[in-house]
Amino acid sequence: MLTLDITLRFPGFCLQVAQKLPQTGITALFGRSGSGKSTLLRVIAGLESRATGRVAYGDDIWQDARHFTPPHKRGLGYVFQDTRLFPHLTVAGNLHYADRRARGLPGPTRDEVTAALDLGPLLQRRPQTLSGGEQSRAAIGRALLTRPRMLLMDEPLAALDEARRAEVLPYLERLRDRIGTPILYVSHNMAEVARLASHLLLIDAGRISHAGALQDLLASPDTISALGVREAGAVIHARLAAQDDDGLSQLHTSAGPLYLPRIDAAIGTSLRIRILAQDVILSRTAPTGLSALNILPATVTELHSGSGPGALVQLRTGDELILARITRRSATALDLAPGTPCFAIVKSVSVAPGNIGKDRAPTAKL
Amino acid sequence: MSGVDLGPLWLTLRLAAIVTFLLLLLAAPLAWWLSQTRSRAKPVIEALTALPLVLPPTVLGFYLLILFSPKSTFGAFWVQATGETLTFSFTGLVIASMLYSLPFAVQPLQAAFESLGRAPMEAAAMLRASPFDRFFTVALPLAKRGFLTATVLSFTHTLGEFGVVLMVGGNIPGKTKVISIAIYEHVETIRYADAHVLSAILLVFSFVTLLIVYSLNRQAARITG
Repeated sequence: MLTLDITLRFPGFCLQVAQKLPQTGITALFGRSGSGKSTLLRVIAGLESRATGRVAYGDDIWQDARHFTPPHKRGLGYVFQDTRLFPHLTVAGNLHYADRRARGLPGPTRDEVTAALDLGPLLQRRPQTLSGGEQSRAAIGRALLTRPRMLLMDEPLAALDEARRAEVLPYLERLRDRIGTPILYVSHNMAEVARLASHLLLIDAGRISHAGALQDLLASPDTISALGVREAGAVIHARLAAQDDDGLSQLHTSAGPLYLPRIDAAIGTSLRIRILAQDVILSRTAPTGLSALNILPATVTELHSGSGPGALVQLRTGDELILARITRRSATALDLAPGTPCFAIVKSVSVAPGNIGKDRAPTAKL
Repeated sequence: MSGVDLGPLWLTLRLAAIVTFLLLLLAAPLAWWLSQTRSRAKPVIEALTALPLVLPPTVLGFYLLILFSPKSTFGAFWVQATGETLTFSFTGLVIASMLYSLPFAVQPLQAAFESLGRAPMEAAAMLRASPFDRFFTVALPLAKRGFLTATVLSFTHTLGEFGVVLMVGGNIPGKTKVISIAIYEHVETIRYADAHVLSAILLVFSFVTLLIVYSLNRQAARITG
């Protein structure tokens, strides 16, 4: 458990965080630019010596009123947004730099890291000659080879375009599922967070506004004010059941079958699907003669109306919670209230590939 | 007129090599400190370091002569410790030259260290490298061009010094008679041919050295740029 109770003041900005962080899986730290998420990461790493307060990892106190453990003795890995690979060393040299200083510590071997991130063909190259995605992978590999107790990642994909990002994301999923080093992941891209994280911290103006299990938070109408309605969308678990001839993939979920545009994965693969609230339509009666393929029986669990024309409805379907964004007028017309049975309709093509990620093998609910 | 005495040339090269070596050892930590510190003493140290750039060599030489004199505390201490005087000796010349060339070593190194910024050092710290470790494995290799510049400037600047040597070293063959003094002496004694030879050697040598450095710098810029 990483325990934080820290304050760091800048002119016009104050980072103030008192929070416990879990030591398993990926914890995402999500917030707008300037919300203090990178600064918080630097405080945890010990790179902001002006921060006051207390930082402790289990029984190790890294920082308090009397004591400050310098960054190189905290046993953390750090992936910087700008990668910071050493230009005077090859990729192999960069990996060796980390490896050599972490001899004898438990963790992944050089071969495992090289294989997991496909670094083999890059080893003899200089960082300046790599593409953005390759640089990111090399930087992640280097950080893993310090055999860190926890890996801090500061928007490792932010500098990449959409295509490069899609290229690196599967590697991160693989690391999460294979290597098991806890990761604190800073991002301002919700699709990325929804694919990777198991826990979520929302940070706004230097303070943590929400913290909890990713699925719970993303399905909570209360969280949406912090995220913005456009980002609202719950994550559900699914298993790839069949690849149909007409280009659709059939998914098995606890709510029933789900048809999505073809997903390139093996039958049986565990997936997590982010369904945006604005892509869900509600009906009180079982719709017929509708083009939409995915009609999930559901029960309203919560209704959240803001001051605008919109309303956010939380529904239980199978074991999953999803969100639907509708108008307040529709909510009234359909006479929705907690406990109301209804049908949630999801257009297949509305689920973008970026919102579909591989998941750890079937897990207990978080 | 048969054959020029090349003794002063070899003496000068030896002096320049020793001075450059010692100066880099001294200047690297000083430049690193200057590049990292937020101390209020920084501008004072920077000004002191830059003084030899603007002072007439004779002024520096004059103060050093007084400092080195066996009558001064420092000079007396030196005589007691080593049995030699610093004035009119090779050792004295080395110390004087180091002071005289100090800014030529410190300034390029400081600029190189400052241009590194904190980023690579932070990255190294997050790879479990201690401050010492990261200075040697990251700061030094990344400041390579600064070292090259500092080495060459210190070396060539020491080759050409005259005023300070004249003040503290005098003109003792094999001990303090460096090339610039020898040239001066040849001219004084109207042995222009000898002066020509030594001057041409110094001119060509300095030009070629600088040419190599600037070419290497251009190449390095293309690689790391």
